[in-house]
Amino acid sequence: MDVTIFLIFAIIAVLAAINVVVQTHPIASAEFIAAAQVIVYAGAVMVLFVFVIMLLNAGAEARRGRSFMASLLGAPVLIALLALLAWFVERIYPESMGVHFGGFTGGSPQAIGRALFTTYLLPFEITSILVLIAILGAVVLALKEMD
Amino acid sequence: MTQVPISWFLTLSAVLFVLGVAGFIFRRSIITMFMSIELMLNAVNLTFITFSYELKQVDGHLFVFFVMVVAAAEAAVGLAIILDVFKNRKTLNIDEVDSMKN
Repeated sequence: MDVTIFLIFAIIAVLAAINVVVQTHPIASAEFIAAAQVIVYAGAVMVLFVFVIMLLNAGAEARRGRSFMASLLGAPVLIALLALLAWFVERIYPESMGVHFGGFTGGSPQAIGRALFTTYLLPFEITSILVLIAILGAVVLALKEMD
Repeated sequence: MTQVPISWFLTLSAVLFVLGVAGFIFRRSIITMFMSIELMLNAVNLTFITFSYELKQVDGHLFVFFVMVVAAAEAAVGLAIILDVFKNRKTLNIDEVDSMKN
C-alpha cells in the first residue's frame, strides 16, 4: 500500500517535472487565475484546514446513524446526476475543438484588472465588504475562546 | 501533441462536482463536508474557466476570482465556527450537532 502510494505520487511528480522542462508555453492562458488559485488555495485555505485538523486532533469518523433513504438512493441518484451532466456535455459539444496552449490570451493580469475596475467595479467593492465582514466574524468567533 | 477536447474539461468538472456532492451527503465529519463544499466550488471554477476559453471572453476569469474570494471568506468563518462547535460539544460528527432539531 505504502509502496503503491509512493509510486503514484513519484510518477506524478516526475511527469510534472518533465512537463515543466519540455513545455514551451509555460502558462496556458489563465495566468492570473492560475497564480491566484495556487496562492489562495495552497497558501491560505489549505493551511487553515491543516491547522484546524491538527488543532482538533480528530479521530476516525463514526460509521453509524446513516439514514435508510441515503444508503438506498444516494449512490444511484449521484450516478444518475453525473450521467445527466455528461450527457448534456456530450450533446452540446459532440466534436468540440481541442484546447491548445495560447489559444486564448485574454486571461492576463492586465485584462483581468481592466475588467475588474471597469465592468465589475460594483461586485468588486461588494466583495471587499464581504471580506471585511468575514474578517470581523472570524475575529469575533476566535475572541470567545480567549476569555 | 494531441489536443484535449473541451468536453473533457466539462466532464472532469462534472465528475469533481458529483464527488463533492457525494462527500457532502455521505460523510458525517464536519471538516470533510466543508472540504466537499470547497471541491464543488472548484469544480464550478473549472467550468467557468473552460467556457471563458471557449467563448474567448475574460468574464469567466472574473467570476472565478469572485468565487475564490467568497470561498476564502467562507473558509475563515466556517473553520472558526467548527472550532467553536468542537470546543462546546467535543465532537465533529454532524449528527450530534442537532440542538435545533425538535
